[in-house]
Amino acid sequence: MIQTLRENKKLQGLLLILPTLLWMFGLLIIPLILTLVTSFGGRSADGNVIYKFGLENYLRLIGITPEGGFDPLYLQIIWRSLTLAFQTTILVILMAYPLAYFIARAPAKRRNTLLFLVLVPLWTNFVIRIYAWIMILRTQGVLNSVIGWLVGLAGGHFQPFDLYPSQGAVLVGMVYEFLPFMILPIYTSLEKIDNSLFEAAADLGANALRTFWRVTLPLSMPGVVAGTILVFVPVIGTFIVSDILGGRQVILVGNLIQRQFLDARDPAFGSAASIFLMLMTLIVTLYYTRRFGFGEEIAAA
Amino acid sequence: MNSTKRSPWITLSALLIYFFLYAPIVVLIVFAFNSSKTNIVFEGIVNQGACGPFYWFCKLFSNGDVLDAAKNTLTIAFVSTVVSAVIGTMAALSLQRYDFPVKRASEAALYIPIVIPEIVMGIGILVFFSALFTWFNHTFGLTGDARLAMGLGTVIISHIAFSIPFVTLVVRARLHGFDKSLEEAAMDLGANEFTTFRRVTFPLIAPGVLSGALLAFTLSLDDFIITFFTTGPGSTTLPIYVYGLLRRIVTPEVNALSTIWILTVLIVVFISQRLEARS
Repeated sequence: MIQTLRENKKLQGLLLILPTLLWMFGLLIIPLILTLVTSFGGRSADGNVIYKFGLENYLRLIGITPEGGFDPLYLQIIWRSLTLAFQTTILVILMAYPLAYFIARAPAKRRNTLLFLVLVPLWTNFVIRIYAWIMILRTQGVLNSVIGWLVGLAGGHFQPFDLYPSQGAVLVGMVYEFLPFMILPIYTSLEKIDNSLFEAAADLGANALRTFWRVTLPLSMPGVVAGTILVFVPVIGTFIVSDILGGRQVILVGNLIQRQFLDARDPAFGSAASIFLMLMTLIVTLYYTRRFGFGEEIAAA
Repeated sequence: MNSTKRSPWITLSALLIYFFLYAPIVVLIVFAFNSSKTNIVFEGIVNQGACGPFYWFCKLFSNGDVLDAAKNTLTIAFVSTVVSAVIGTMAALSLQRYDFPVKRASEAALYIPIVIPEIVMGIGILVFFSALFTWFNHTFGLTGDARLAMGLGTVIISHIAFSIPFVTLVVRARLHGFDKSLEEAAMDLGANEFTTFRRVTFPLIAPGVLSGALLAFTLSLDDFIITFFTTGPGSTTLPIYVYGLLRRIVTPEVNALSTIWILTVLIVVFISQRLEARS
């Protein structure tokens, strides 16, 4: 038997991947299929799932009530999630690019330290980072105190801003949480650009701006694409940033799903929302990667 | 990219972004020494009891809930890291070196956790475990404490599931530049497969396995969403515990906890970087 195993390469490969397949099948494929099956079900009076085949949950999501009326509540939630995810992604790109560029252009021996400094905030805990923003943004928080102190120095009177809880606070929290995920892939693709390309551009008479526009930016696009996926996917599904910094007023798809399972006890509707979220994410990322190409930068990050 | 002259605007914006990244962390640490219990305004450095300015740190260490949560978090991270490092390395070897029937499908499956939101996976696992446990408890007539329920076990199994793809990705990158002639030389010199793996292959891919394991460890420590949906009574982790506190009153104890957390992680990362530099 050992002899067969020694000679059969296919068998060796299969045996090595077997535990992974078991895990992916049991904890990914089967759960997704079960979620799909549940999403067609209904809810019994005591909050249990009734397994059947119906599209009510999906119709309810897109706003069609059982009586045939129209209620845009859930569409508004989906729209809010999408807008917030796009806003976060764009802000993160705008902030990550200059920093990644700065690090890529730093002397080689200092690059690792600068990159390390980007990673340190990531190693504090996700939930703790959100809590830090409550301390900064609340009415008597650090930001208002600092501004108040500065205005006081100038002899003025300062009325503190009501920044928390709000949708703006959620946006700041999301940008903060996911910024490093954009910096790393952009840095990786910038760092790979061959220097002779810049020299060639300069020799051909291109100024700095033109070189950036025609050489640097196009060549760093794979990093931006990878970073966008690494940011957009978690942002669209998160529920704790909005839960904590939005003070339970900013309801996103993630919050909607979570509540169906914990408070509202309607797993069938929650499953439908979850499947809907998955499809929405897949469509956006697939379109995006087809449009701009897919780099190896995800792996690098 | 080479270092060349930089525009001062780039330097300025880089400094501002570093400030943005670090300001919240500084605030967290400073407020761990706050004398105000409500912790909204900084009212000066606490000086109470035997611990003086470290009052909140001492209070933290006498808090049984926090200690339990810390123990759970570390247990989950440790077990899931070891298991996913082994399984993920096996998968990386398999995908990088062998051809077999379900290869493309396995590669695709490993990408799914990266491109779908974590909540979708969390919900799926919740639905799966609750259906499985209901069926199992019903079929075998289990009642009371004998019933299968969510707890440490379900959290660990789920953490392994989301860690495997990341370990595989990192180890595969390391295997990519691997010189196969070294293994062939070992075999020619009479080493069997096991000896070759132990003396040649593993030492060469060990740094990759180590960074994959480190990634799995930090992912597990940081995870909120999957844990949230798979946890049960008695398996509260630190992130879940802090989340619970945030909905009530937060005392500087949470800041003390965060400070210890940040310092611990920094020390671990520093040591591992040192080790990697030496190998």
